[in-house]
Amino acid sequence: MSDFPPRPDAVAALEMRRRQRGRNVALLVALGGLAALFFALTIVKMGHLG
Amino acid sequence: MEAGVFPPVVGQVGEGEWRDFVALLKPRVVSLVVFTGAIGVLIAPGHINPIVAFIAILCIAIGAGAAGCLNMWWERDIDAKMHRTASRPIPQGRIDPNQALGFGVLLAAMSVILLALATNVVAAGLLIASILFYVVIYTMWLKRRTAQNIVIGGAAGAFPVLIGWAAVTGSVAPLPILLFALVFAWTPPHFWALSLYACQDYARAGVPMLPVVAGARSTRRHVFGYTLLLGVVAVLPWALGLAGAIYGVTAAVMSAGFLLCSARVVLDRTDSAGVSLTNDAAARAAFRFSLVYLAVLFVAIGIDRVVAR
Repeated sequence: MSDFPPRPDAVAALEMRRRQRGRNVALLVALGGLAALFFALTIVKMGHLG
Repeated sequence: MEAGVFPPVVGQVGEGEWRDFVALLKPRVVSLVVFTGAIGVLIAPGHINPIVAFIAILCIAIGAGAAGCLNMWWERDIDAKMHRTASRPIPQGRIDPNQALGFGVLLAAMSVILLALATNVVAAGLLIASILFYVVIYTMWLKRRTAQNIVIGGAAGAFPVLIGWAAVTGSVAPLPILLFALVFAWTPPHFWALSLYACQDYARAGVPMLPVVAGARSTRRHVFGYTLLLGVVAVLPWALGLAGAIYGVTAAVMSAGFLLCSARVVLDRTDSAGVSLTNDAAARAAFRFSLVYLAVLFVAIGIDRVVAR
């Protein structure tokens, strides 16, 4: 029955998963940003060579 | 780890949010570092590609954040005892100390390597020096040993302008060295003004800040003395012909204002033990003014040098 409130351990698990998802998204953004930085840096350095 | 005054939240160790990792980087300190580093890039002679300039400033910010993270890792025991720092992620148990150590080392290495690739080894070497100075010399060695910790440790916060300049020129010169000296001389009155009203926190944690060791009255005299020294250092770039009238007038006026604030700190109404009867209103005002002071002087040198081109 869904009329009962979720058990405390289930709430904690949901909260933990929410935090993990947040950390994963942050890591994705950081790695994507780093890749973009290296790409931009490479273009700039190659421009100097040209 | 010794139990702190403020116990950690139980059951969440190592399960911090991404915001907790951002908090480890001391964002407010990083904002000051970005500002002075950006001014270093701006006033340096020569050309730098805007993308490379952005990467250089980002590396300075990440390096400073890494140093802040390693500082929080090392000081997690005393952070737990102080009101000002008890809510940080490590003493609260939201981030495991080993996670913080790994995060800090990773960011430090990444920032130095990226800066070397984007600019030059001089800037990268200065970034390494600033991180090591803050973490090893200040945090690990001086802070818990001497009341002069801030005087020497202030050099760590003075590096960014040098790094910014070096990122453009590949060298250092008298002007960024004088701006380094400016931040170096600014740090003691800035932190001692703060420590006057955070004295009990430091005493509880056993950190030998000047008010804890020498008392409030001596600290007030030190604030005034170092503000005098700061005033002299501040006008040196103009006196030596390295900056123009825009900076010179700004430095003179702002230094007079800071000196007035410091004089009020010395003249603050106190009891027989030297404890303020005004809830350290003068020290709080001096601390706030010190933040404005540094920002205004760096904006002034930036405008001054851009106008001179």
